Amino acid sequence: MRKFKEFIIEKLILICGLASILFVVLIFIFLLREGLAVFKTVGPFEFLLGKSWYPISEPAQLGILPLIIGSLLVTLGAAIISIPIGVASAVYISEIAPLKIKEILKAGIELLAAIPSVVLGFIGMVTLVPWVKNIFHLPTGLTALSGSIMLAFMAMPTIVSIAEDAVYSVPKSYKEGALALGATHWQTIYRIILPAGSSGILAAIMLGIGRVIGETMAVMMITGNAAIIPHTILQPVRTLTATIAAEMGEAVVGSEHYFALFAIGIALFVISFAINVTADLFLHKRSS
Amino acid sequence: MWKKIFFVLTMFLFLGLASANAGKKFIQIKGSDTMVNLGQTWAEKYMEKNPKEFIAVTGGGSGTGLSSLISGTCDIAMSSRNIKEKEVDLARKNGIEPYEIKVALDGLAVVVNPKNPVSKLTIDQLGAIFTGKISNWEVVGGKNAPIVILSREVNSGTHVYFKEHVLRKNDPNSKEEFAPGALLLSSSQAIADEVAQNPDAIGYYGMGYSSSKHKPIMVAKDEKSEYEAPTIENVVNGKYPISRPLFLYTNGEPQGPIKKFVDFCLSKEGQDIVLETEFVPMK
Repeated sequence: MRKFKEFIIEKLILICGLASILFVVLIFIFLLREGLAVFKTVGPFEFLLGKSWYPISEPAQLGILPLIIGSLLVTLGAAIISIPIGVASAVYISEIAPLKIKEILKAGIELLAAIPSVVLGFIGMVTLVPWVKNIFHLPTGLTALSGSIMLAFMAMPTIVSIAEDAVYSVPKSYKEGALALGATHWQTIYRIILPAGSSGILAAIMLGIGRVIGETMAVMMITGNAAIIPHTILQPVRTLTATIAAEMGEAVVGSEHYFALFAIGIALFVISFAINVTADLFLHKRSS
Repeated sequence: MWKKIFFVLTMFLFLGLASANAGKKFIQIKGSDTMVNLGQTWAEKYMEKNPKEFIAVTGGGSGTGLSSLISGTCDIAMSSRNIKEKEVDLARKNGIEPYEIKVALDGLAVVVNPKNPVSKLTIDQLGAIFTGKISNWEVVGGKNAPIVILSREVNSGTHVYFKEHVLRKNDPNSKEEFAPGALLLSSSQAIADEVAQNPDAIGYYGMGYSSSKHKPIMVAKDEKSEYEAPTIENVVNGKYPISRPLFLYTNGEPQGPIKKFVDFCLSKEGQDIVLETEFVPMK
C-alpha cells in the first residue's frame, strides 16, 4: 500500500513537471497555427519588412517593420539606462554597503519589483511625459525615451537581484587573494570580482531585457503608439506588445488582422525565446 | 474521510446553485468607449429601480463590444458605428443574429488646447491635418509649430467614423489614412489629458468628454458654409457636420430582462439621462 502511494505521488509530481513543458509546446503550436495563416495573404518578407501598418483598411497593409524597430529601440534605451545602474547597485549591495544599508536597499528593490506596471505607466504619463517634452522641446512627450526610462525601472529589480547573487557567489578566496597581493578595494572589484561573476551578471542582464521586451501596459500608455520608423529616440514608437494589446479586442476572429496579430505574437515569442536561451547559456557556463 | 468528501460535494452543490442563480439576472454590456459613461449611468439608474437585477458595463471600443457579442460573451454591445457586413456574417456563423437599436446621437468634437489660437476649421482642412498633408499650425492660421495628431486606437468606433467621414469624406473608394505619425491613444480620456497639457495637439472625442481644459474647434462643411460649434442644439438641427448615431446591439430582438433594460434606455427617463451625459436624445 505504502509503495503504491509513493508510486502515485511520484507520478503526480512527474506530470506536474511535464505539464509546464506541455503547455509551452501547446501554446507554441497554437501560435503557429493561428499566426502562419497570415502568410496566405501577405508574404513573409512583406510582413517582416513592410513599412506600413494599417490593419483595418481595405486592403489591409500588414508590415511590422516599424513595430519591430519600435520594440527594439525602446528595449535598447531601457538597457542602456538600467544595465549600468543595475550592475553598479548590485556590486554596491554585495561588496561595499554596510549590513544595515544593504538590508534597506534590498527591501527597496523588492518593493520596486512589486509595483504593477500599469501604475508605473500611469505615473510616467503624468510626470515623466511632460518633463521629457519640456526638456527636449518636443511637440509631444509620448516618445520612445519616456518608454525606455519607465521600462528601465521595471528591469532594474531583476538585474539587481540576480546580479547581486552572482557577485555574492564569487568565492571569498579570490577577493582575499587580490587584497593580499596589495590591490585596492576598487581594483579587486573591477579586476577580480566582476570578471569572475560575469556570466551570472550577463544572465541577469538578459533576464532584465526579457522582461522589458515583453512589457505591454506601461509602453502602451507612454510611447504614443505611432507606427512609424523612428529616426531618433525622441520620436513616438509603437511596440509589438502594445499593438497586440490594443488591437486584439477589435480583430474579428478569423480575419487576416486576427492572424496578423498572432504572427506578431510569434515574432515576439522568437525574440524573447532567443533572449532567454542566451541567458540560460550564460547561467550554465557559470555553473560548470 | 467520508466527512471530507461529503463536505467537498456540498460545496460544489452550493457553488453550482449560486452560479446558476447569478446567471439569471445578470446583464453584461460591453463596447464603445464613447458610450461608457452613458451606459453606466443607465445601468445605475436602472439598478436603483430594479435592485434584484445586476448590470455590468465595460468599455474597450465598439469593435471590442461587437466581437464579444459575436463570441457570445456579452448580452448587449454598445457601438458608435454600424456593424460591418463581415461581422454580421461571422455572428451568423456563431448562431447569433445582431439586432440594431438606435439609442442616441453624438457630435464628434475636434479639440485643441485653449492656448492654441486656431478656433475654426473646414472639414477639408481637418482631413488634411489628420492625414498629415498639413503638418504646421501656421498653414491654418496658428503659430509656427508642428501639429501633434492624436487619434484613438483602431478598435474605436470613433476612429473608424472619423476616418470614413472626415478623412475620406464618405467616399468608399478613398484610400486616405491617418498620418503614420499620428499618436494612437487607447481611450478618449487619454486624448483629453494629452490635449489639456499640449498646446500643439489636436484630437477628437465624443462631445460628452468636453471640459474647460480643451477648446472645441468650430467646424464648417466647406468654405462657404457657416462655422458651427459642437453643441447639442447644432447636432439636433443638423448644422454641425460631424455627428453620428449611437447603437445598442443585441442577439435577436431583445427579450426578458434585456428588453426591459432596452425599453428603459428608450423611455423618457432614459433619454433624459442621454441629455445629462451630454449626448443628443432620439426625440
